[in-house]
Amino acid sequence: MNGSRALLSVSCLTKDFGGIRAVDSLSFDVEEGSITGIIGPNGAGKTTVFNLVTGLCRPTSGTVRFRGAEIGGRRPDAIVREGIARTFQNIRLFNRRTCLDNVLTPFFQRERCSFTGALLGLPGARRLERELADRAHSLLRTLGLEEYARSEAGTLPYGLQRKLEIARALATEPSLLLLDEPAAGMNPEETLRLAGLITEVREKFAITILLIEHHMDLVMNICSPIVVINFGALLATGAPDEIRENPEVVAAYLGAGRGR
Amino acid sequence: MDYILSIVILGGINMVAVLGLSIFTGFTGLFSLGHAAFVAVGAYTSAILTYYYYVNYYLALAAGAVAAGAVSLIIGAPTLRAKLRSDYFAIAVLGFGEALRVLLENLEITNGARGLPGIDSFTTLPVVLTCLVGGVLVARNFLRSRWGAACIAIREDHVAAETAGVRLFRTRLLSLVVSAVYCGLSGGLLAHFLSFIQPQMFTLVQSTQLLAAVIAGGMGSLSGPLIASFVFIALPEALRVAQMWRLVAYGLLLVLIMVFRPQGLLGYSELSSLFRRGVVREGERRL
Repeated sequence: MNGSRALLSVSCLTKDFGGIRAVDSLSFDVEEGSITGIIGPNGAGKTTVFNLVTGLCRPTSGTVRFRGAEIGGRRPDAIVREGIARTFQNIRLFNRRTCLDNVLTPFFQRERCSFTGALLGLPGARRLERELADRAHSLLRTLGLEEYARSEAGTLPYGLQRKLEIARALATEPSLLLLDEPAAGMNPEETLRLAGLITEVREKFAITILLIEHHMDLVMNICSPIVVINFGALLATGAPDEIRENPEVVAAYLGAGRGR
Repeated sequence: MDYILSIVILGGINMVAVLGLSIFTGFTGLFSLGHAAFVAVGAYTSAILTYYYYVNYYLALAAGAVAAGAVSLIIGAPTLRAKLRSDYFAIAVLGFGEALRVLLENLEITNGARGLPGIDSFTTLPVVLTCLVGGVLVARNFLRSRWGAACIAIREDHVAAETAGVRLFRTRLLSLVVSAVYCGLSGGLLAHFLSFIQPQMFTLVQSTQLLAAVIAGGMGSLSGPLIASFVFIALPEALRVAQMWRLVAYGLLLVLIMVFRPQGLLGYSELSSLFRRGVVREGERRL
């Protein structure tokens, strides 16, 4: 393409909801291997950007390219198969299923298996079931959720539900993981541990991460570059230090006089 | 004795249909007020095959099941693709079911509203039990499979399901076809047990009874709806002594279940897991 190794490339992306322009000709790139952060005031259109990238809504105009191929407007499940997974701001788990089943579901969807074999419970289908269950267990172990494998997802404490949602996203075997406010509702200590988890996940699974967050300490510590959005449009983009110093960002979002 | 036997057989036939609807409503989270139509398709297809063409009974049963699955595609493909919300879908299937019944009332081969009399009576208790046990095993395997996991994921949260890689339309359609196949099989068994069928037997009332069994038995459970459906068939018979009050009692039972167990008799668990949990609790107490 243009020489850069952008994994995800959003250009001139626009989304109208009725008369409201939620995203306004927004362009930014996500480099392979980075942890890119998206920040901005409430209602700036951050989650809408995630919805456009993951296919939950169709762009009004503009393009979303993943590995150079246009994915804007494709179905969510097709985009998942391309290698983009996400979590949600308000956790969306399969609440009445066990943690194991939550992780097993995406694993299953990646496999080609015989329908009749599965219905008749043939040995091949059983073997695949066991194999995937093993992989699901080891994924849960990696994220420290092994002891909850048999618990219903909806009964887990909040922090663990967030973790489980990340585990489920990882089970789709993505190359790009989108985290929508992963630290929402967490105290500083939990946020610190989450930051550790995110960097660890990136190393272990060799993936790229794009995250929306309001906890500035988390964003400034682990994200680079940072993309700032205001009223659906790009306000600034750059390394944490540049963003912290940028007068426009300070005025619109960070607020003056606070040395965070 | 014959009387009790026939109630057991009728209960078993009904359970096969409930098994199908349980997959669709209980595990995929879509409601239907028209599944009696798929029972009708199975009943008429298999009855016509044995009545006019002397086809082998088991082949006719299979043909009835396949025909019901095929017919479900006609209503499922457009409505499920349009992503109708569950309650709208229920109404769409209701309309479809009623239209199909009117069609059966006016076709020559179905002998219209007078119905088909004198269908050979093949359905016996062993046949019903075989179909029921086989049906339960296949349903259980289905729910453990990739497709069952996808269905349950859709019931829990269809947006999250899609972002976990589930193909929404295909999975919902598959669930509908599977449930229709069960209903078709049940219809074939019914026709060859009663040896008489008429369109009036497959109305909204029958669809509602199937749905009531699934909801009262527990959405997301196979054993719960099976128990409920059998109770719903057997109870009105057991209460015959109470004459006109029996249907009141039936209605009252339904209301009581919904008031005291809104999640259904077994909720989201199976009979077997309840026993297991009971055993575990016993063990804990001893420690």
